Amino acid sequence: MTLRASISFGQKHFQKKMDLEAPSHGVTALFGPSGCGKTSLLRALAGLDRHAESEVQFRDQIWQGKARWLPPHKRSLAFVFQEPSLFAHLTVLGNLKYAVKRRREQAAVDLDEVIALLHLNELLPRKIHQLSGGEKQRVAIARALAKGPEILLMDEPLASLDLQSKRSLLPMLEAVTWKLSTPILYVSHSLEEVTRLANYLVLMGEPGVLASGPIDEMLTNLDLPLARDADACAVMEATCVGFDEEFHLTSLGFSGGHLVVPGRVVALGKQVRLRIAARDVSLTLQHQQGTSIQNIFPATVEAFQNQGDAQVLVRLRVGEVGILARITQKSAAELGLTSQQRVFAQIKSVGLLH
Amino acid sequence: MTFTEADFQALVITLKLAAWTTSILLFLGTPLAWWLARSTWRYRFVAEAVVALPLILPPTVLGFYLLLVLGPQGWLGGWMNSLGLEAPAFTFSGLVMGSVLYSLPFVVQPLQDAFSSIGRRPLEVAATLGAAPWDRFFSVAVPLAMPGFLTATVLGFAHTIGEFGVVLMIGGNIPGQTKVLSIAIYDHVESMEYGQAHTLAGGLLLASFVLLMLIYASHRRFRFTKI
Repeated sequence: MTLRASISFGQKHFQKKMDLEAPSHGVTALFGPSGCGKTSLLRALAGLDRHAESEVQFRDQIWQGKARWLPPHKRSLAFVFQEPSLFAHLTVLGNLKYAVKRRREQAAVDLDEVIALLHLNELLPRKIHQLSGGEKQRVAIARALAKGPEILLMDEPLASLDLQSKRSLLPMLEAVTWKLSTPILYVSHSLEEVTRLANYLVLMGEPGVLASGPIDEMLTNLDLPLARDADACAVMEATCVGFDEEFHLTSLGFSGGHLVVPGRVVALGKQVRLRIAARDVSLTLQHQQGTSIQNIFPATVEAFQNQGDAQVLVRLRVGEVGILARITQKSAAELGLTSQQRVFAQIKSVGLLH
Repeated sequence: MTFTEADFQALVITLKLAAWTTSILLFLGTPLAWWLARSTWRYRFVAEAVVALPLILPPTVLGFYLLLVLGPQGWLGGWMNSLGLEAPAFTFSGLVMGSVLYSLPFVVQPLQDAFSSIGRRPLEVAATLGAAPWDRFFSVAVPLAMPGFLTATVLGFAHTIGEFGVVLMIGGNIPGQTKVLSIAIYDHVESMEYGQAHTLAGGLLLASFVLLMLIYASHRRFRFTKI
C-alpha cells in the first residue's frame, strides 16, 4: 500500500472517522454518493484542510502524524479540482510552466508527452478565457501532471463538464492512466467513470469507507451495494488475439476462453477492458446448440442471493474472472441452483471500455 | 493665467507628498488588506470600521487629533523630542503621517476587495503545485489582484493630492515646506487672485479626471473572466 490515512472529521456533536488504503499503482477510485465526504477526504489527504487526530502516510513519508504536519506545498502530490481553477493571469503554457518551475528535482516528466496526451498543442498560446470547459479541465490535468507528482489526486474532474466534453476527455484520462505510472486517487460518483478507469475501488457511504479492493472483486461482491444496482456489471481485462475475416468479428482472449465481438474494434495484441452487465448474462445446464448467442462459457456458481421477490443475483467464475448474472427466482428453481454448480454462462452483449 | 514660483513649489510638495503616501500605504496596506480579506477572526469588523473611519470623519477632526499627538507636547511628538528628533507637526513628515491615515481606506479597500474576489481556490491550486506561501502570494495573489492595486494606487495618490483639512490642521501652511496645492488655491482665492486659482484648480480637475479615466479603462483591460 502506498497511501495509508486515517482522518477524523469532527465537529462538536458529530464525529466521523475514515480509514483509507490505496495501492502503489493504477487508479484507485473513491466511489460513493454525493455528500458522503469523498471530497473532504481528498482535501484532508492533500493537506488543504487540517483535521486533528488524523494520520496520513505516503510511502515512507509522514504527511500528517501526531507531532508532524507537512503543508500541502511540501507533499509530492498534485490535485485536480472539480472546477478547472486555472490561473487566469497566465496563458495555457504559462499555467503548465508554473507547475514545471516548482517541480521537485527528482521528478522526471516529459512536458511534451503530457501536452500530447491531453491534446494541448494548439491551445498552448491561448488565454484561459478563450477555452471551453472541457479544454480548461484538460489544461488543469496537464498542469497537475507537469509537476511530476508521486501521486495524483482528482476530485470529480469530469463532473462539471457537459456530456460532449466528458466523452472526449475520458479516453484522454485513460491514456494518462496507461502511459504514466503515477498512482491516481480518483473521486467519482459515476459508476461508468469508475468501471472505465479504476483498478482498485474504495466504496464510500454515509458512515465513511464501506469496503475496498480490486475493482473486479468489488463489483461482483454480492454483499456490497454495487452488485445490487440495477446496472450491476463485472469488468475484466482481455487481449485481442485475432480477427474473423469472413464474419468481421474480433476475438478477445481471457482466462476463461475467447469472447467474440462484432467489428474490428482493437488492434491485435492490445489489452482491452470489458464490461459485462448482470442483465446480459443467462445460465443453462447444457451447452446450447442452435442459439444466436456466440459467447458461451463453462462457469462455476460461486454464490447467489435473492434480489427482491422475483430475481436472483448469481456470481459465477469463468476461468479466473468473476461475472454476475441476474436471473429470475423461477429460473433458479428450475436450474436447481446450488453453490459450486457447473453451468454455462451465455453472454448476450459485451461493452468495450478501452 | 500665471504660474508663480510659489505655485510650482506647492505642486512639487503635493506630488512628493502623494508619492510618499501612496508608497507607504501600498507597503503597509497590502498586508492589512490581505489580512482583512482572509481573516476569520470574529472581531474583524472592528478593524474594518477603523480603516473606514477617514471616509466619513471630517478632516479637521482627524487633523485636530493628529496635531495633539504629533505636536511637541503630544505623546508621539514629545517622545520624539525627547529622543532629540523634531516633532512631526508642521513638518513634511507630519504631513505624510496624516495623509497615510487620511487616505488609508482608499488604498486598503480596493486591495481588500481584490484579494477577496480571488477566493481560496487559486491559492490552493498553487499550494498543491508546490508553491510556498510567499511564492503563492507573489505569483498568484498579486497578479490576480492587479486591477485592485491599480485602483488603490490611483485613488490613494489622487485623494492625497485633494487633501485640505488635515494638511491645514497639522501642516501649518509653510511655503516651500508644507504648503500644498489645495491650500495654495485657497490662499489665491482669499487674496482675490482668481486667475492663479484657476490655473491650479483647473489643472487639478483635469489631472483627477484623467487619472480616473485611466482606472476605468485599465479595469476593462484587466478584467479576468471568472473561472
